[in-house]
Amino acid sequence: MPQWIAVGSLADIPRLGARVVQVPAGDIAVFRTGDDEVFALRDKCPHRGGPLSQGIVHGHRVACPLHGWTIELDCGEAVAPDKGCARSYPVKLEGGVVYLSLTPNPV
Amino acid sequence: MKEKLVLIGNGMAGMRVIEELLDLAPDLYDITVFGAEPYGNYNRILLSPVLAGEKTIDEIMLNNEQWYIDNNVKLHKGKEVVELERGKRLVIAKDGTVESYDRLLIATGSEPFIIPVPGNALLGVITFRDIHDVNAMLSAAKQYRHAVIIGGGLLGLEAANGLLAQGMKVTVVHLSDTLMERQLDSVAGQMLKKSLVERGLQFIMGATTEEIIGKQRVQGVRFKDGREITADLVVMAVGIRPNFALAKKSGIHCERGVVVSDTMQTYDPRIYAVGECAQHRGKTYGLVAPLFEMAKVCANHLAQIGYGRYQGSVTSTKLKVTGIDVFSAGDFTGDDSTEDLVLQDAARGVYKKIVLKDNRIHGAVMYGDTGDGAWYFQLMREGANIADIRNHLMFGQAHLGDSGRGGESRASQMSDAMEVCGCNGVCKGTIVKAITQKGLFTVDEVRAHTKASSSCGSCTGLVEQILASTVGGDYSAAPEIKPMCPCTDSPHDEVRKIIRAQHLTSIPAVMQYLKWRTPDGCAKCRPALNYYLISTWPHEAQDDYQSRFINERAHANIQKDGTYSVIPRMWGGLTNAHELRTIADVADKFSIPTMKVTGGQRIDLLGVKKEDLPAVWADLNKGGLVSGHAYAKALRTVKTCVGKEWCRFGTQDSTAMGVKLEKMTWGSWTPHKVKMAVSGCPRNCAESTIKDFGVVAVDSGWELHVGGNGGIKVRVTDMLCKVSTEDEVLEYAGAYMQLYREEARYLDRTSHWIERVGLSYVKQKIVDDAPNRKALYERFLDSQKYVQDPWEERATGAHKNEYIPIKQIA
Ligand code: SRM
Ligand SMILES: Cc1cc2nc3c(=O)[nH]c(=O)nc-3n(C[C@H](O)[C@H](O)[C@H](O)COP(=O)(O)OP(=O)(O)OC[C@H]3O[C@@H](n4cnc5c(N)ncnc54)[C@H](O)[C@@H]3O)c2cc1C
Ligand code: SF4
Ligand code: FES
Repeated sequence: MPQWIAVGSLADIPRLGARVVQVPAGDIAVFRTGDDEVFALRDKCPHRGGPLSQGIVHGHRVACPLHGWTIELDCGEAVAPDKGCARSYPVKLEGGVVYLSLTPNPV
Repeated sequence: MKEKLVLIGNGMAGMRVIEELLDLAPDLYDITVFGAEPYGNYNRILLSPVLAGEKTIDEIMLNNEQWYIDNNVKLHKGKEVVELERGKRLVIAKDGTVESYDRLLIATGSEPFIIPVPGNALLGVITFRDIHDVNAMLSAAKQYRHAVIIGGGLLGLEAANGLLAQGMKVTVVHLSDTLMERQLDSVAGQMLKKSLVERGLQFIMGATTEEIIGKQRVQGVRFKDGREITADLVVMAVGIRPNFALAKKSGIHCERGVVVSDTMQTYDPRIYAVGECAQHRGKTYGLVAPLFEMAKVCANHLAQIGYGRYQGSVTSTKLKVTGIDVFSAGDFTGDDSTEDLVLQDAARGVYKKIVLKDNRIHGAVMYGDTGDGAWYFQLMREGANIADIRNHLMFGQAHLGDSGRGGESRASQMSDAMEVCGCNGVCKGTIVKAITQKGLFTVDEVRAHTKASSSCGSCTGLVEQILASTVGGDYSAAPEIKPMCPCTDSPHDEVRKIIRAQHLTSIPAVMQYLKWRTPDGCAKCRPALNYYLISTWPHEAQDDYQSRFINERAHANIQKDGTYSVIPRMWGGLTNAHELRTIADVADKFSIPTMKVTGGQRIDLLGVKKEDLPAVWADLNKGGLVSGHAYAKALRTVKTCVGKEWCRFGTQDSTAMGVKLEKMTWGSWTPHKVKMAVSGCPRNCAESTIKDFGVVAVDSGWELHVGGNGGIKVRVTDMLCKVSTEDEVLEYAGAYMQLYREEARYLDRTSHWIERVGLSYVKQKIVDDAPNRKALYERFLDSQKYVQDPWEERATGAHKNEYIPIKQIA
């Protein structure tokens, strides 16, 4: 049973955008898609560590701002032919509030 | 219950349709494939290198049998379809296998033509079409010595080259006096023959085969003139015939091929045909590029999203004989309505001929240095008017200016270990490997898989050449029909037109009107759409920040470590103690690690934390400094020299002129960045002649130069005109900016845009047509009305969420 932390309201995250949750272990990016779903990834691109939170969100994917890799928001996997994975974290939306768990999803 | 789709012909065109269809609509059909050959689908083009021993059969498989299983496509391999009962909608194979269909796709390719001479059925007389033929040749090469190739066309020469490499003594027999006469003129044909002879091939030209001699196995060939030569292997490569017997027998209308409409449908609308067996607008094709264009349209239509119509193709050919570069496109013979540009350098073994028809490329033949073939071919397919570049057209795309790929411009001269892409460190060998092993056909695919030419793009020409020498060319669709991105079928220019015509003012509106395939586009189309909207409807369209690249969203340049760089504007490169003090104080206060003088006459503060940006800007604003837009597709810098005020040569006040230009144009969004410069005399210390808009002061006024670029590919400006007053400089500059803003494609620098539309077009709109110039200038000033410093807005709290974390967890 993950331990949920309320990080803010959905309205604080721009649609097709992301916000950063600062954690001592390193930033976590919380994304909001066009259909108002939320996803959370370690804010480090598997390519060369680019901040995914700064990328362009489309569908359930984000394009890394540094060299344009595309990353699947649900699992953090790079879209083929690129290979690599950014750790993903459990998030949920309840009553307009976004909850995050700091224990990453198993890979 | 899914509809049943049956494909007859497990080859390159048919399977391309299936692949495209699975991308567009994975679950629409139950798919069944019949293939006469006992394998999966392979890259027929690469049979030549296989014969030459440069590749193996495994390496040229496009879809192995596992692929069919993974994509649950039912494959009947080694089963030739012999009956097509359209009434019952059944196809029946030789072995009795029966399948019913709701839609049928015929892609039966073509058959090699066998010349009707005695002995043509003897043992050892074969053709060159499939794996079976190649194996036959390879085993013959082991036991026998003398090979005779009948036909000196593309196929024949590739066969000859292969058998030579297999150690046979090879003679090519050709009817005409010129090799590949359908692709080459006599000069290029002679040069080709010379180098093939040097490699050890023998030729008998102008010879008509009368009989193939032998009891069971072939022993020789006799010609009309009585000559005879020994042969224990004869390869017939005299042409192909579309293979439409099956369709014809079932009553489908056929002429020289299966007749199809622009949606690739036969006279029976349930039945489609693509590939070499199809005849479209009276033409049949024998090359892959057109087949792939057909396949795209056909897949679209099968997926029921098809607006795509096949319009026919212009083709180009490339001989795949390692180390020999031959390129040919269009009609290169010409007539009295055409004119030739010719360059011939026997010593370097280079020959180029370009055939022009009213200033458009009508055809081209190249031998030796084919580096610019892809470029000529593109100009030809776009029907571009080359009047303005005519004087240097011959010398190619002036790749000389390119940086980042060691100055190489001839891929064939490069070793596998040599670096092609300087940005991503990709060498030739890696690219060739990817092309063959992953079955790549287009520059985009190579980009995706190897990253070569995916960054600055200066090596694209090389990648095209490597594709050409490996698989015969770049098979991407003709540029003018190239869609903006995979989310849509509409090209940039069409999207722009429709945004204006339909008065669309938001991204969702555009996507809905043009039936985008994706819910909210991709990182390629959204920034472009956003630009088209705000530049077309400056006072109506909402600027969509989520559709902007981070630099333009954050108004600073993101660095590799996620920090940002801040470059305040220094009008015309001028500054003063107060500004410098302000910058110094900011650097101290926010402990900014690096300060640098940029190439654009201003100061860069590097390594600023994102959270600090608004505060940094607030302080800079206090000192009177505003955004330099170093991060934006907008006006970057206006470089100036000291000019008349100080310089002993100065003819006008270039510094003041530069400041005026910058004050007028700063903050306006453009398709790509715009850089200007003003020099005080022709010594040109501000480098005006490599800027998007360059001004050179002369005693009698100002010279205006346009379309320069000092970056990836250096392009010197073209002279637009000369004016006499400062106000005129401003008017022309504004009009030029506006024309570029309204008509260029997103991510076109002015240099790319001018090369496409031509200088005369720009002159006509801005110099010759004064009312139009004034109208453009008005529109520009109008769109500048609401421009304000983006830093000030943010320093005073706008968009603050962009800069702060949503939460900090200790
Ligand atoms: C800072 C600076 C280098 C320097 O330390 O001097 C610079 C830095 C960058 N240049 Fe540049 N260019 C800088 C002057 C130039 C110049 C020289 C000039 O402007 O006189 C050129 C060649 C002239 C030209 O553009 O025609 C130049 C040609 C490029 C190009 C190639 C453009 C092209 O069309 O070929 C790119 C790539 C692009 O824009 O797509 C580029 C891209 C970049 C980017 C923005 C790469 C990126 O996307 O992050 C670099 C950002 C670094 C940063 O965060 O600051 N930079 N860049 C210069 C800033 C000038 C300024 O004050 O705003
Ligand atoms: C050696 C060689 C080199 C080439 N080099 C180049 C090049 O450099 N550049 C270029 O653009 N093009 C090149 N080509 C041409 C290119 O390969 C063809 O244009 C392309 O393969 C045609 O595709 P297709 O699907 O129409 O026909 P194919 O690829 O021939 O596919 C047709 C398939 O249908 C099968 N079939 C036929 N009838 C039946 C039936 N009744 N039942 C079941 N199956 C059937 C055939 O066995 C075959 O497998 C080359 C061709 C050859 C042979
Ligand atoms: S500043 Fe310009 S030249 Fe230097 S690395 Fe960055 S993009 Fe390349
Ligand atoms: S760091 Fe993300 S694409 Fe390079």
